[in-house]
Amino acid sequence: MQTRRLDLTGWGRVLRATSDVARPERFSTLARAMEEAPAPAMGQRRSYGDAPLNDKGRALDMTRLDRILGFDEEAGILTVEGGARIGELNALLAPRGWLLPVLPGTGFATVGGAVAMDVHGKNHHHAGSFGQHLAGIRLLTPKGEKRAGPDKQKDLFRATLGGLGQTGVVASAEIRLLKAKGSVMMVTEHRIRDWDEHIAALDTSEATYSVGWIDATATGAGLGRGILEEGETGAGLVPPAKRGRKVPIDAPGAALSPPVVRLFNAAYWRRVPMRGRTVVKPIEDFFFPLDRIYDWNRLYGKRGFHQFQCVVPLGQRDRLRDILETVAQSGAASPLAVLKRMGPGRAGMMSFPMEGYTLAVDLRAAPGPESLVARLEGMVRDAEGRIYLAKDSLGSAEAIQAMYPERKAWAKIVAKHDPEGALATDLVRRLKLRETE
Amino acid sequence: MTTWLILGGSSAMARALARAVASRGDAVILAGRDAGDLAATATDCRLRGAPLAEAVAFDARDPAGFPALLARLEATEGTVNVAIFVGSMPPQAEIDADPALIDGVIADSFTGPVRLLTLLAPLVEARKGTVVGVGSVAGDRGRIGNYAYGAAKAGFATYMSGLRNRLTRAGAHAVTVKPGFVDTAMTWGIEGMFLVAPPERVAADILKAVGKRRDVIYTPFFWRYIMLIIRHVPERIFKKMSV
Ligand SMILES: Cc1cc2nc3c(=O)[nH]c(=O)nc-3n(C[C@H](O)[C@H](O)[C@H](O)COP(=O)(O)OP(=O)(O)OC[C@H]3O[C@@H](n4cnc5c(N)ncnc54)[C@H](O)[C@@H]3O)c2cc1C
Repeated sequence: MQTRRLDLTGWGRVLRATSDVARPERFSTLARAMEEAPAPAMGQRRSYGDAPLNDKGRALDMTRLDRILGFDEEAGILTVEGGARIGELNALLAPRGWLLPVLPGTGFATVGGAVAMDVHGKNHHHAGSFGQHLAGIRLLTPKGEKRAGPDKQKDLFRATLGGLGQTGVVASAEIRLLKAKGSVMMVTEHRIRDWDEHIAALDTSEATYSVGWIDATATGAGLGRGILEEGETGAGLVPPAKRGRKVPIDAPGAALSPPVVRLFNAAYWRRVPMRGRTVVKPIEDFFFPLDRIYDWNRLYGKRGFHQFQCVVPLGQRDRLRDILETVAQSGAASPLAVLKRMGPGRAGMMSFPMEGYTLAVDLRAAPGPESLVARLEGMVRDAEGRIYLAKDSLGSAEAIQAMYPERKAWAKIVAKHDPEGALATDLVRRLKLRETE
Repeated sequence: MTTWLILGGSSAMARALARAVASRGDAVILAGRDAGDLAATATDCRLRGAPLAEAVAFDARDPAGFPALLARLEATEGTVNVAIFVGSMPPQAEIDADPALIDGVIADSFTGPVRLLTLLAPLVEARKGTVVGVGSVAGDRGRIGNYAYGAAKAGFATYMSGLRNRLTRAGAHAVTVKPGFVDTAMTWGIEGMFLVAPPERVAADILKAVGKRRDVIYTPFFWRYIMLIIRHVPERIFKKMSV
């Protein structure tokens, strides 16, 4: 199949790859490509590091296979192609009273990417992960087409959810939808003064959707300061969403320099009145707030940035506080960090979630955050936590492997379906995830 | 209600147009050879708002199947629009090695569509519809890289102009569309592409042209100027160029 040589990056724009990319527009051409030259799939490359990259190799761009293949309104099951974007599906479904069960923080993520990372949303503590809502998938492995689901090819299914695309290409997925009350969100925002208040607020929140925005530049008594957002779907009218904006060029290095970041964070915080407030927002503004600036990753300039996301068990919240403190004191942190409570829900062997608290922070790429991330990695490991592979670009093989206890069993299943290692990506090689010894 | 017959429905441009008209609430009938692919697009169109979306078989090289398309359209009510996206472009070098390939290129890009359109014209007249004929800037001048394809598209453009002349008298219409480089499987990975437009942009331009009853459009618009220059290069110079 015709390929095109492209220079690619993940969303953080630090790690780079040059690949020969095929971009099938039909299922038949996808199937042929997988027969002739199996290669890892790529969605919208919204993973921050090297998860979707395959340097000096081939890749399959799935974004043209983005159609809805069926909708069983009775059962609430939607069948879609792997390249369909979550946000576009949401925009089609919401006015009809349906909602995807799990929405990650960007609507640009594809269904295939959501499967391969077993993504979580702001309702993880109630609803679990994306893969837990799948009735089935159609997978093209290097050894042929497979159908897998909760009761079919169970091992393959569990190895595919959160499986980093290593078992094959997700051609389509059947997703169990949720009923929504309407196409808007009722959002309550509270100012949170510090870490303890933040944790307490997340613990006691009864909202269906909740997320804490943290000012990761605040230190000392203000550590953990931020805004808690709680959301419920609702019916009503809101003004039509404004069109997204684009960042015209790579921002000069100073655009997100420390003083700018601090100012930004303080302003964001003060936006919410002391007593809190309730606002009505379009669904996409609540779930995908950053998507309104189409390529905000360019605000970090040419050098790009890293994201660090970890989860620690409930009992380790003090260690997570230490992690945040380390980040805040480093001065490398960026405008918005996110703190969420997670439930136990996870669908696959390599899924990220565990019951506890998850923290995500952007880190500027210059000066190099390597030593900072190495330190954070150790702290996460001591806390019996886990680093999210959708975000990772600096992790080390040994530490990461220790965080994913089912990794070896997973690697064995993967080896059965892709014995030649044709689907390996830069991330998988960097972290030696497919080693079976 | 408006019904669109979209020929060559598996192409990226056709798919983009089908989705766009579906979300406006028009019905779509997708015609082409890859039945499975067309069925998938049809379902997608239904869920985007098309009151009716279905796939039918169509092969530009097999006119025996054309009357069935006419019959299917006759069974609809309201306006009938026809959009033609068919055409094939094997590399000129392959054609030079096997001149028999030319028959297929001409059938796909010219004689097949034209024969079908002649069959459908009375219905389009009666239903006051619009024919959208997607040609190519390649038809504006014969170039070394693809002149067999270009010749077929030039013939098609001339036919479209005559058809417009005919349909106008009946209150119907025909739009000739000349896309430049569009980001599809046909151009993916081909050297020398520039200013490549997304198929959604082409679809939006087509719908605007249909709404305003434009006669000939280039999409994106700047190809009008690029082709204006290319058409005006004297042959004495052009014959030595490789654009
Ligand atoms: C602003 C922002 C907010 C985010 N918020 C969240 C969040 O709240 N929760 C969360 O969990 N994640 C979040 N993410 C991460 C994001 O959801 C994941 O990285 C997701 O995988 C991106 O999807 P993608 O289509 O871009 O996949 P890519 O990044 O292109 O690929 C990711 C992985 O999926 C594989 N893959 C892609 N398509 C297929 C396919 N069709 N078949 C098989 N494998 C495939 C790739 O091989 C790769 O391993 C966020 C990312 C951003 C940029």
